[in-house]
Amino acid sequence: MRKKINQSLGFFFLSLAVTVTIFFLSVLLYFIFSRGFRIISWEFLTAVPRKAMTQGGVAPAIIGTLYLTLGAIIFSLPIGLACAIYLCEYTPKSFVVNIVRISINNLAGVPSVVFGLFGLAVFVKFLNFGVSILSGSLTLGIMVLPSIISAAQEALLAIPQSYREASLALGATKWQTIKKIVIPSALPGIMTGVILSIGRVAGETAPIMFTAATFYKRGYPKSIFDEVMALPYHIYALMTEGVHPAQQKDIAYGCAFILLIIVLVISAVAVIIRGVQRSKYGLQS
Amino acid sequence: MDYKVRVKVNHVNFFYGRVQSLFDIKCDIYDKMVTSIIGPSGCGKSTLLRLINRMNDLIPHTRIEGQILLDGKDIYNPKVDVVEVRQKVGMVFQKPNPFPKSIFDNVAYGLVVNGLTNRSYLSGKVEKSLKDAALWNEVKDRLGKSALTLSGGQQQRLCIARTLAIEPEVILMDEPASALDPTATLKIEELIQKLKEKYTIVIVTHNMQQAARISDYTAFFMLGKLIEYDLTAKIFRNPSKTITEDYVTGRFG
Ligand SMILES: Nc1ncnc2c1ncn2[C@@H]1O[C@H](COP(=O)(O)OP(=O)(O)OP(=O)(O)O)[C@@H](O)[C@H]1O
Ligand SMILES: [Mg+2]
Repeated sequence: MRKKINQSLGFFFLSLAVTVTIFFLSVLLYFIFSRGFRIISWEFLTAVPRKAMTQGGVAPAIIGTLYLTLGAIIFSLPIGLACAIYLCEYTPKSFVVNIVRISINNLAGVPSVVFGLFGLAVFVKFLNFGVSILSGSLTLGIMVLPSIISAAQEALLAIPQSYREASLALGATKWQTIKKIVIPSALPGIMTGVILSIGRVAGETAPIMFTAATFYKRGYPKSIFDEVMALPYHIYALMTEGVHPAQQKDIAYGCAFILLIIVLVISAVAVIIRGVQRSKYGLQS
Repeated sequence: MDYKVRVKVNHVNFFYGRVQSLFDIKCDIYDKMVTSIIGPSGCGKSTLLRLINRMNDLIPHTRIEGQILLDGKDIYNPKVDVVEVRQKVGMVFQKPNPFPKSIFDNVAYGLVVNGLTNRSYLSGKVEKSLKDAALWNEVKDRLGKSALTLSGGQQQRLCIARTLAIEPEVILMDEPASALDPTATLKIEELIQKLKEKYTIVIVTHNMQQAARISDYTAFFMLGKLIEYDLTAKIFRNPSKTITEDYVTGRFG
């Protein structure tokens, strides 16, 4: 009897937690969608801002966010993957490697504004890239590097040792084993890390505030050394600066709506790719 | 005993860290014979087997003393290319471990990594290997399907086919049938009988009847030591040590 009560109690709390989570998530989505959706129009998506941000569209900010996100992933994915491979496959499990691994995990918890300051000091000033897409992408890339490394490491560690042994026993070299067996099998897991990172990169304000973003720019960036508008920073600026708070707020919700859609679409694409990869050969991981 | 010696294990000691798990092992493995290794769990059967294709290199902090000669050459000589050793000494593992790739790609893998990528050559080779492994008829219509869709017994025969494709000289098998049902086991045993025409086979097994049925020579191990090594018939009918007799008659172990 007692056991039964405990069980129903446990079940009750678990379902309560799920319900609460789903409730807040739905409220959030409803809030953003209902407010943001009103302002969305073809012009809003494709035109440049006009009349001190109160009219026109936010196309440069959308483009800017896409550039920054893409740049960050292009920079951090190969480096992150290479780091993870090196740490998992090439270094024997030792004290030092463990320390490195733990440090990387801790790095993932560093507040993003700290990365922003770092980017300002190193990319903008020291390397003289200026406030630009390049500086912003590199800063965002460094920010997500730890999460990508961790995700890739976990994915690599999940690959059964028997795959590696089988490959080596067939006369493959270590590198062939990694390239042909380990990485393809770990890809779905690595994709998961990338998906999460993309969401973070697209939505972060602090790292780009000093390194890439500008509140207002006439037209589109022409090179990676141009500064850009970006959705998250644009939202922040609309809510804190300017002289038409009421109109600006509507536009801010519109931007938030678009940002959500962008993240959702990118994630969906990644999830689909991952699903295809997984089902292709009945992979479990 | 004037058969050709294919693998010569010469006073081998082996250590996992500081723990010694093989003690002064010495035996000759003969060409185109089936040699089985028997003994209680933890006595070092797998350890010895994995030394013959340098699989234990993958385990950190291990150390070998002595020599293992393949065709007269020490495979632990620093000048030896380990990849070449593994091409000559293939291995089938206890648990079937096909790659998460298609059946075709699994069998072709060992050839592809050695630079043999001609499609028609690969097709021919894959077909032949699958036929030799007695799997062709069951999979010929679905070579493009994932190897993980096969049954356990089929997967193990696929792993054998994959090993045959690279034409090794020696095939090591670590309890290849222990995860399989009696029918699948029988198929593997028949296969081994056929394969010994062309290959030297070393097989670890826990199954006495199996060792007696399929092997020409048998090595009995205990606690990291080679207790007795002789013709299978002798080991099972008239062993020279009582401890061997106790083990093969099932009085302990
Ligand atoms: N990776 C390892 N690290 C440390 N010790 C090991 C390792 N692998 C095996 N050993 C030890 O070496 C000894 C021999 O192990 P081995 O796997 O060779 O036994 P086995 O005869 O194959 O046993 P089984 O019949 O259970 O497979 C055992 O005492 C085992 O604990
Ligand atoms: Mg074993």
